[in-house]
Amino acid sequence: MEIPYTVKNRPDTGIYNAKLGVWLFLASEVMLFGGLFSAYVLLRVGAPEGHWPHGWLDVRFGTVNTILLALSAITTLLAWAACKVREFGKFKFFHGCTILLALMFLGIKSYEYHDKWIHYEIQLKDGTFADGHLEEQDDKQVVLHGRIVKDEKDLYDLRAQKDIQLGEVKIDRASIVKMQNYGPWHNTFTAIYFTLTGLHALHILGGTLVIFYLWGPGSKMYKTDPERFTNRIEVSGLFWHFVDLVWIFLFPVLYLT
Amino acid sequence: MQSNVQQFPPNRTEEADAHADHGHDHGHDDHGHHEHHEPGFWSKYIFSTDHKVIGIQYGLVSLSFMLFGLFLMVMMRWQIAHPGVPVPVIGPLLAAVLGQPAAHGIISPELYNSFGAMHGTIMVFLGVVPLAFAAFGNYVVPLMIGAPDMTFPRINMASFHAFYLGGLVMLVSFFIPGGAAQAGWTSYSPLASTIPTDGQAFWLVGMVLLITSSLLGAVNFIATIIQLRTPGMTWMRLPFFVWAQFVTAFLLLLAFPPLEAAGLLQLMDNVAHTSFFLPTGLAVSGPVGQVSGGGSPLLWQHLFWFLGHPEVYVLILPAMGIVAEIIANNTRKPIWGYKSLVYAALVVGFLAFIVWAHHMYLTGMGQGIATFFQATTMIISIPSVVILTCMFLSLWGGSIRINTPMLFALGFLPMFGIGGLTGLPLGLAAADLYLHDTYYVIAHFHYVVAPGTIFALFAGVYFWFPKMTGRRMSEFWGRVHFWCSFVFMNLVFMPMFAQGIKGMLRRMSDGGVNYSAAKVPGVIDTLPGTVMELNTWILWAAVGLGIAQIPFIINLFWSISHGEKVKSDNPWHATTLDWQTPTPPPHGNFAHEPQVVRGPYDYSLPGEVNDYTPQSETGGKSAH
Amino acid sequence: MSESEQPVDLKSYIRLCAVIFLVVLCTTSAMIAASFSDHLGSGWTGRVTVILGIAVINAFLVAGYLMHLLSEKKLVYTVLCFTVFFFIGLMGLTLWAMGNFPVGTINH
Repeated sequence: MEIPYTVKNRPDTGIYNAKLGVWLFLASEVMLFGGLFSAYVLLRVGAPEGHWPHGWLDVRFGTVNTILLALSAITTLLAWAACKVREFGKFKFFHGCTILLALMFLGIKSYEYHDKWIHYEIQLKDGTFADGHLEEQDDKQVVLHGRIVKDEKDLYDLRAQKDIQLGEVKIDRASIVKMQNYGPWHNTFTAIYFTLTGLHALHILGGTLVIFYLWGPGSKMYKTDPERFTNRIEVSGLFWHFVDLVWIFLFPVLYLT
Repeated sequence: MQSNVQQFPPNRTEEADAHADHGHDHGHDDHGHHEHHEPGFWSKYIFSTDHKVIGIQYGLVSLSFMLFGLFLMVMMRWQIAHPGVPVPVIGPLLAAVLGQPAAHGIISPELYNSFGAMHGTIMVFLGVVPLAFAAFGNYVVPLMIGAPDMTFPRINMASFHAFYLGGLVMLVSFFIPGGAAQAGWTSYSPLASTIPTDGQAFWLVGMVLLITSSLLGAVNFIATIIQLRTPGMTWMRLPFFVWAQFVTAFLLLLAFPPLEAAGLLQLMDNVAHTSFFLPTGLAVSGPVGQVSGGGSPLLWQHLFWFLGHPEVYVLILPAMGIVAEIIANNTRKPIWGYKSLVYAALVVGFLAFIVWAHHMYLTGMGQGIATFFQATTMIISIPSVVILTCMFLSLWGGSIRINTPMLFALGFLPMFGIGGLTGLPLGLAAADLYLHDTYYVIAHFHYVVAPGTIFALFAGVYFWFPKMTGRRMSEFWGRVHFWCSFVFMNLVFMPMFAQGIKGMLRRMSDGGVNYSAAKVPGVIDTLPGTVMELNTWILWAAVGLGIAQIPFIINLFWSISHGEKVKSDNPWHATTLDWQTPTPPPHGNFAHEPQVVRGPYDYSLPGEVNDYTPQSETGGKSAH
Repeated sequence: MSESEQPVDLKSYIRLCAVIFLVVLCTTSAMIAASFSDHLGSGWTGRVTVILGIAVINAFLVAGYLMHLLSEKKLVYTVLCFTVFFFIGLMGLTLWAMGNFPVGTINH
């Protein structure tokens, strides 16, 4: 038994099975991220005046990651084109680059996560708030690299404050009311930030695994059935481009506004 | 042909394929060849990539889940009719298995909530959808379009395993401390995040698995129907069942992901303590909950019902497809208004995405948006009525052949009619404000799904059973099953309309005792004794409904090995391609690629010898 | 893109990719500039519109050229059109519903 149109295009639709399959899958992905983006918009619109954070994420890291993903999208296309003209060596090179770029992206992303994880907001008994990165803590005191503000609202819009002075802040344990890091539980912004980028990072991870398989053990198929192998590269490339597409919107939505 | 019965389910090695391609004339030397390639039990029944085996796997698992859902329902009906009284017979078993929540065999309110939530979840996501869409779709759609298999057989297998795993997670959640999810099958936040049980997290993980399974299935179905139609099988020659599955697959593909998104967000709420759906100042039994707040409970409802409403059509469209096939086959004439049926199904599928907020009139939404959703809700009833009308008109002037599948199909029509028409008052905001969350709603959607869809599914089981096994199910016990189910279904659900109109609320573990006239005499609008008595009626009708399924279960398993053997590959004298295969179909389905030359329902063509002309039969006149 | 398409020339692809990469660099810089620019007023509404507008250009390049959507088949367009329509329905109607509470009732 052989299933028709696994390699060749069906004449009336003009595409082969896997390509239709991946486009349908991407359609469902559009709705998945669509639901999450809708949640983002609602949370942002519904936030009380002055309570939606601005400038919490480092634009430099976001920019580098944007460029890394754009480059990897390009190497993915070139890997497919190399397969198409049957230049296996170039395919290996381009997709090798894709995998490296993806790993760099994930590395930077985890550094950013770590940065949020050690970032604490501490509510003090005198009504002020200490905020900054944890340097050290013991039973008696907590040392932050950050600052103290009078109004919690000052911690939200960092872009509006031009001259933020950061320094070493020592806090007595006894004066702490509540101490919480910038994890997903911190507020709705960190919640949607971690959820959106986390799901996106999972997509990157999954895509990298697939591309790694096709680059490594899966590339044996190139020798037996190069056309089908080229199709596989194209289909996995479409997924990869979609992941890039999601990031193109995640970057401005989370980092720039 | 009879020798092929032993091949069930068909072999799946490459060698077997080669043989299947040569047709069944080679059957006699199959044995010698197969000895060293015979696939083991695991690859034959568990890790099979054959669409027919997967279809049967889905069918058996989902039927088992439906039986379990029925059991939960009977337990709940006991609690409603006799709140606080130990469950007879099964009570000690419940106490032994579930421990504290069922102490002394009494169903506690928490356990009642668990049963309610899981009854809905199991019936919808583990019972009807997998049976209607995945089981029948898998078995029948590739056969009907003349394909050798689904486009992605291994993804098909993965889809079943994700479903099975999701079902297991749901079942396991009954045994964890705190018990299974208790927030209803709709899992509204903040309730779902504040009940102290991890059952909700299990529910969400289970749902993510089930959604993944549905998505993989939907991709596979759409790709199969678009890419693998055999030569000559043009769009307007597709049997209506295939169209129904096609639209259903699109509903699953595009409506499920937002619920998956919502599920992930609620999982974050429950596990990572975020506040996506938890508002600022949320109070849980007194003190303000320790959450950051800022979330929106209504967001959950929007995302949930964005799936929730299309889901209704996921439940009903495949059922309509099955009924259309059976009616055309048993009236021995073309289905009335084939094109109207197809376009109506497409319009239903399209509109299904923009009616969801009619489940939310009571959330305080404004007039503008309520009017919009009322309008779309009223409009979507038009294509539904078109479909039902076409089926009724198909009966007109036919020489109707009555058999068990046809009885169930005929039973479907008025039952779905009642369910659909009683939905109209719920679609209008003014009437819905009164009826919302009463037993009227329960009666309405159960009429659509239980005597509606489930009857159609029974019809499908009786109808395609001969193709799957080469034997018929017992006609006598089939009719016993039909008439008992028909009577008891109505006895269960009809009184609920009255209870709902009298104001009895759903989801009350005491069945409304605290609102009864006996408990609070002299207060206006309490529930009168007659309404309360109906609870006892419904209980015994529900028990009767459960007993009525016993003939079906025995019939199903007994007939696999002892049923009357069919005399040909096409025992119902049907026209569609699924009956032009060997019985049961081997791996790869068709001896050679069928060539379709006519529409799906060429029954009783004037001038033909037989009163049916199969789609692949050349010669004679074509109706399309 | 399977058989029966025009022959692929790797060099022309590299040229196309170089152009796309340059444009992506420009659009990304433009987004950052718009984010920090003082000329777009103090509120966020206008700024967000401009930034998302630029992001759409970026997305168009990726979808149109890298995913060769511009030369794709009708079937794929149809699927995507429905998807985009329902996505707009999901987001638009939800936002409308959340903004359309009667006067005097508590929002959310």
